[in-house]
Amino acid sequence: MTLSATLAELVRDFKANGRIVVVGASLAGLRAAETLRGEGFAGSLTIIGDEPYEPYDRPPLSKQVLKGWVPADHTQLPRFRELDADWRLGVAATGLDRATRQVRLADGEQVPFDRLLIATGTRARQWPNPAEAALDGVFSLRSRDDAARLRQALADGPSRVLVIGAGFIGSEVASICRDLDIPVTVAERGPAPLVGALGGVIGEIAAQMQRDHGVDLRCGVGVLSLEGDAGGHVRRARLSDGTTIEADVVLASLGSIRNVEWLEGAGLAAGFWGVGCDAGGRAFDINGVATDTIYVAGDVARAPHVLYEYQFLAMEHWDNAVFGAEVAAHNMVSLEPDYYPHLLLPGFWSGQFGVNIKSVGVPPFGDEIVFMQGSVEERRFAAAYGRNGRIVAAVTFDHGKWLEYYARLIEQSAPFPPPPPGWDRPDVMMPIPAQFPEPGVPTAVPDVVLTGHDPNERRAEFRPRSR
Amino acid sequence: MAEETPWQQALRYANRANPYPFYTELRKTPVARQPDGTYVVSTYREILALLHDPRVSSDVRRIRPGGSAAAGADQDDEAIKEVISLEPNIITSDPPEHDRDRRLLTRHFYGPQDSPHRICDLEPEIRRIVAGLLDEMRGKTRIDAVDEFAYPLPVTVISKILGVPLEDEPHFHAWIETALNALDFGPEAGSPEIQRQLEQGRRSVEDFEKFMAALIERYAEQPGTGMLSAVVHDDGREGRMSEGVLVSNALLLLFAGHETTVNLIAHSVLTLLRHPDALEKLRRRPELIVPGVEELLRFESSVQFWHTRSAVEDIEIAGTTIPKGSPIFLVYGSGNRDPDRFDNPDELDLERPDNQHLGFSQGIHYCFGAPLARLEVQIAVSEFVRRVENPRLVADPPPYRHNQIFRGPRHVLVDIDGVRD
Repeated sequence: MTLSATLAELVRDFKANGRIVVVGASLAGLRAAETLRGEGFAGSLTIIGDEPYEPYDRPPLSKQVLKGWVPADHTQLPRFRELDADWRLGVAATGLDRATRQVRLADGEQVPFDRLLIATGTRARQWPNPAEAALDGVFSLRSRDDAARLRQALADGPSRVLVIGAGFIGSEVASICRDLDIPVTVAERGPAPLVGALGGVIGEIAAQMQRDHGVDLRCGVGVLSLEGDAGGHVRRARLSDGTTIEADVVLASLGSIRNVEWLEGAGLAAGFWGVGCDAGGRAFDINGVATDTIYVAGDVARAPHVLYEYQFLAMEHWDNAVFGAEVAAHNMVSLEPDYYPHLLLPGFWSGQFGVNIKSVGVPPFGDEIVFMQGSVEERRFAAAYGRNGRIVAAVTFDHGKWLEYYARLIEQSAPFPPPPPGWDRPDVMMPIPAQFPEPGVPTAVPDVVLTGHDPNERRAEFRPRSR
Repeated sequence: MAEETPWQQALRYANRANPYPFYTELRKTPVARQPDGTYVVSTYREILALLHDPRVSSDVRRIRPGGSAAAGADQDDEAIKEVISLEPNIITSDPPEHDRDRRLLTRHFYGPQDSPHRICDLEPEIRRIVAGLLDEMRGKTRIDAVDEFAYPLPVTVISKILGVPLEDEPHFHAWIETALNALDFGPEAGSPEIQRQLEQGRRSVEDFEKFMAALIERYAEQPGTGMLSAVVHDDGREGRMSEGVLVSNALLLLFAGHETTVNLIAHSVLTLLRHPDALEKLRRRPELIVPGVEELLRFESSVQFWHTRSAVEDIEIAGTTIPKGSPIFLVYGSGNRDPDRFDNPDELDLERPDNQHLGFSQGIHYCFGAPLARLEVQIAVSEFVRRVENPRLVADPPPYRHNQIFRGPRHVLVDIDGVRD
């Protein structure tokens, strides 16, 4: 038998009899499972999720659900095929033993696998003071249950909502509050909303948009503490500028934390930055060597991206979950040279204050921005981001139909600024600094140390974290 | 005389029933310069790229054909300008005017942003009309699927939406027909017959315009039901639509609001009768009408190409530079049969996956009435399939209408055994 025939037989046998476990029962996990079946994988398929629900869609949670148009439990994702899977919902994965190829569950059970997909995503960063976070009326927003609770709180007609952090979630919630005619204060440490994702120039437009809609937006301030009443319900917040905000609903929208704790000790390149993997979704072990059995997809994955100087990017976007899962799933049941690369041009959207915001590329990779089409004043425009004379990203406000043009330019590493459009040019078309904040100093970086001398002993290790 | 290009051959009336072999030739040069200086784009990806390229204008007034244009060119442009002499409407304008006007029209066509239900609320009425048309066929052994079925539904619906009296249908039907016959982009444009029709076409457009202006004038004085009256009286956030622009858009909505749907229903019946397996499948699985209509839109596109676009700057694409000012024709009908985008493009597959066809175009000029067209065609075709017993094509190919853009059969005669309840 030739080698290639042997390999083909291996793939056939694995597709018929292999065992695949998917940890994470959200968008990426579901689409990966569907792709596996679509690729002809007929072996055993187990899907593990810590929430008790079947996979549901998250984007509506901060929009239609909060507004009351759609109940939180009507967000289930459509199914594209029968899965014939063993669903383990409501039980979290708590550990991974790569030597015995088993996933440990919170209920003590061990689930064996031949191939594993890690799609555990992220969770909302909680308000850091546990006692204050436990006050009634203090919320975060990531899950269906979070959305149902916050929706109820908004429907009860609070006197004022305080949103801490003006990223996308915070801004969308502030927008909903205004739609519902609820007074809302937004406290943001940075100079403007959305600055991390879109830079200060766009952030300034977003700030104006919030103020025009009656949001009490306070930038450059932090929230020092939350105070409750005798009944344990939040009543006010103390800000770093010495002011106090009276509010009976507080949303902590402080960004996300990647769900990697369960991988501690597994010897994977997993940390606060996510789980490192190659562009085909194969997880790196702690030494930075690709594994053959463990794959990563969705928000928790971090892979080098060819368009961005091969830097490792985590793309916490909806379509990254879908397409990354499809690529990883394909590769899980394939061998070289049949691997696919996940070469997605990242993109995301948001709806706030009546404006549809969309983006392609990686805006923070750029250092300049130029307005290309439309009118900033009317908040209908397209703008491009550039770096070193190349276009690297674009953003549109109510101009999403043009995004595809910029996506093509980015894919082709076209010059920046791009050629001007034939009509509807903005008054000023000069590239200006995009004003992204300096990358912050990450917290809780696990120290990595090297040990051993001979090639067969040389290893990386995480220095044990102090607890 | 120089040999005709594949594009010119595709436009010949003799090839109206089947332009596809010429499209196959055409796609060998994705962006093909024609003798008159027009750039004809026939491949899916190139069409898509230009639909999203902000250096392409849809405003017919910005076309500046190259100096090397052949003798026929001026004539053709003349024809376009003369037949479409109106103020810009949403299909022949660019942002920001296009965006503003389309926003305003959208609000009145679909309903306000927080309750855009106007079109889907029409479903019961569409079902009633379709049922009535099929009931009329009872007792007949031969029907014309165009005159007795495809035509009456869309024209009734769009007239009602706009508030155009249905009594005027014989007039505007004749004007539209005459104008469409006069608009010719092919090698037959210079023929004495087309030249004669051109003169009639001009008069028809003028009459149609006068009719619409008078109707809008009436609504300005005396508000009535329907969208036109609502638009006349909308001062809007962004100002009132000028009368000339409103007349031009009203003509577009009335005309495009049914002609394209007529052709799609007619082509759907024709195509299903040519593909008995697909017809049988649809009978067994009526839910396939939803992806099925998308496939029919891909297979026989109601708008074969569009002719008002031009390059505002030099545009490099597919190894060609389209010089500034050149007219650009995007051939949706060919892009929809591009084998680089659609597997087995000449096969009808009602369950075709990933079917992002160009039947409604894409980008900012995406078909304004697509949701209405889908609703009408889904109901009409599925009811035809369900109720008409043993339908057989009488003539294949059937006779076609003259127009190249709005391509469709003039008649589709069908022998039937009866009509079920």
